Amino acid sequence: MTKITIGQHYPTDSIIHHLDARVKLIGTIMYIVFLLFVNHYAGYGVAALFLTGIIALSKIPPRLIFRGLRMIVFILIFAAGINLFFTAGETVLFHFAFIRITLEGIMMASHMAMRLILLVMGSSILTLTTSPIQLTDGIESLLNPLKPIKVPAHDIAMLMTIALRYIPALAEEMEKIMKAQKARGADFDTGGLIKRIRSMLPILVPLFVSAFKRADELATAMEARCYRGDINRTKMKAMKMTRTEFIGMGVMICFGGLIFLTRLL
Amino acid sequence: MILGEKLTFEYAAYDETPPVLTLKGVDITVKAGEFIAILGHNGSGKSTLAKHLNALLVPAEGTLWIKGADTKDAENTWRIRQTVGMVFQNPDNQIIATIVEEDVAFGPENLGVKPTEIRKRVDESLAAVGMSEHSLAPPHHLSGGQKQRVAIAGVLAMHPECIVLDEPTAMLDPSGRREVMETITKLNRESGMTVILITHFMEEAAQADRILVMDDGVLVMNDIPRNIFRQAEAMQKLGLGVPGVTELAHELRRRGLDVADDVLTIEEFMSDKAIKSLL
Repeated sequence: MTKITIGQHYPTDSIIHHLDARVKLIGTIMYIVFLLFVNHYAGYGVAALFLTGIIALSKIPPRLIFRGLRMIVFILIFAAGINLFFTAGETVLFHFAFIRITLEGIMMASHMAMRLILLVMGSSILTLTTSPIQLTDGIESLLNPLKPIKVPAHDIAMLMTIALRYIPALAEEMEKIMKAQKARGADFDTGGLIKRIRSMLPILVPLFVSAFKRADELATAMEARCYRGDINRTKMKAMKMTRTEFIGMGVMICFGGLIFLTRLL
Repeated sequence: MILGEKLTFEYAAYDETPPVLTLKGVDITVKAGEFIAILGHNGSGKSTLAKHLNALLVPAEGTLWIKGADTKDAENTWRIRQTVGMVFQNPDNQIIATIVEEDVAFGPENLGVKPTEIRKRVDESLAAVGMSEHSLAPPHHLSGGQKQRVAIAGVLAMHPECIVLDEPTAMLDPSGRREVMETITKLNRESGMTVILITHFMEEAAQADRILVMDDGVLVMNDIPRNIFRQAEAMQKLGLGVPGVTELAHELRRRGLDVADDVLTIEEFMSDKAIKSLL
C-alpha cells in the first residue's frame, strides 16, 4: 500500500487552520501581490516578521516550511545568478574576462532571492493549513459570483476533488502495471530518452483503460447516491465569516499598508 | 416494500446482433426488514436486477414498485435512490471525497439536508459501521474491508430503508469479508434494515432469510437457505455450489452416513446426531 499524502496538509488545531479557506486564499493572493510591490529591504523585513508571526500562530513545525524551499533551490540559484551577472550597473566590483559583477547586480540578485523565498514560504502556509477539500470548497465559493457568466464553479470544484482523490489510486495502479510488465521482461530503465518514452506506452494504455472504467463506475456510484450537480445541494461544513475571519482580513490590509509605507523610505 | 412484476431488460447492442436480454420476466417481492441473498453465476442477470432496485436502470417491460413508487416515473427517481441505497463491488471506485467523513456526508449533501443534521448523520453512520476513529483518515490509507464499511456508512447517512449490496466482498481478503458481513447482519438484526446481498460466496448467502437464485435472466429458485442448499445437484447444474460444510454433509450421506442434508454451519454439523455418535 503506497502511503502518498496528497498535497502537504499538516492537520493540527490552530487559528490559521480554522480560518475560512476563502479568507486564506484571498489572503495568500494579497500577500503575493504585496510582495511584488516591495522595493526596499525594510519591506522584506516587514514581510519576514509577518510570516514568522503567521507560522507561530499556525503551529506548523518550521522545518516543514523550509522543506518547501528545497524544491526551488535550482530556480533560486538560476534567478539570482542571472540577476547577478547580467544586471547592467555602474559600480563594478569585480571584473574578469566577460564576468562583471556590479553592486546593482548584487542588489537585484538579493532582492530576487528574498522575494522568491518569502513567496514560497508564504504560499506553503496555505497548503499546509488547508485540506484539499476545504481548498476546493473555497475556490468554488469564490467562483460562485461568476456563475451568471457561465463559470461552472461547482463542476470545477468537483473535478478537483475527484482528481485529488484518484491521484494515489492511479499511482498505485501504475506501479502495479509496471511490475506486471517488468515481470514479463519490459525494460524501463535503460536506453535513450526516446526509447524510454516509447517503453512507457505499454503502461499508459492499460492505465487509461482502467481510468475510464473507474470513471464509469464512480459515475454510477455517485448517481446511486443522488448526485445531480449542485441542484439542491448543501454542505456539511458550511463556510461562514465570523469575527476571526474579519480580523484576518484586517490583518492582511494592515500588512499591505505597512509594505506601502516601506516604499516611502 | 419492493414489488416487481415481469421485469424485462435488454442491453442494446452496438452492431446488428440482436439485443441481449439480461432479465426475462422476473417477479420479485421483498418485505421490509428481510435479509435476501441473490445467487447466480456471472451473466445471470443479478447485477442488472440490483441496478433496477434503485432506478439506475428501469425495466423495458414490466413494472417495479419501491414503496409504491414506480421506478419508471422520473419524478420518483431521487426518492427511490434515497430509499434504496446501493453498495458496489469495488471499494475504490465508489468513494468520492479525500476524507472519510466528507465522503459519508456526500449523500445527505446531495439530498439538501441541513449542515447540523448532516454532521449528526455522519457521526451516527460511522459509529454504526465501527469506523468512528477513522473519520478523518484519507480513504487510500484504509484496508478494503474498512473502505467497504465507509461505503456502507455513506449509504446509511442517507437514511435508506433498504440496502442493496452488489458483491461487496468479492475484492476483499477473508478478514475484510468478515468485517463487512458482520456489519451487514448487525444492520439487519439490530436496526431492521432490509438487506439485499448479491454474492458469490455460499457461506454468506446461508446467513440470509431467503435466497433467490438467478439463471440466464430468470428467477429459478426462491426459498429459505436450508431448502436451497439441500438441492446440491441442482445448484451444481446452475454453476453454483453449496457451503463447504453442507457439501461435506452431502458427501457423507452419499457414503451411507445419516447426516442431515440441510446443515448450514459448522456448529450445526458438529451437533448433528450422526456426527456426535461418531465422536
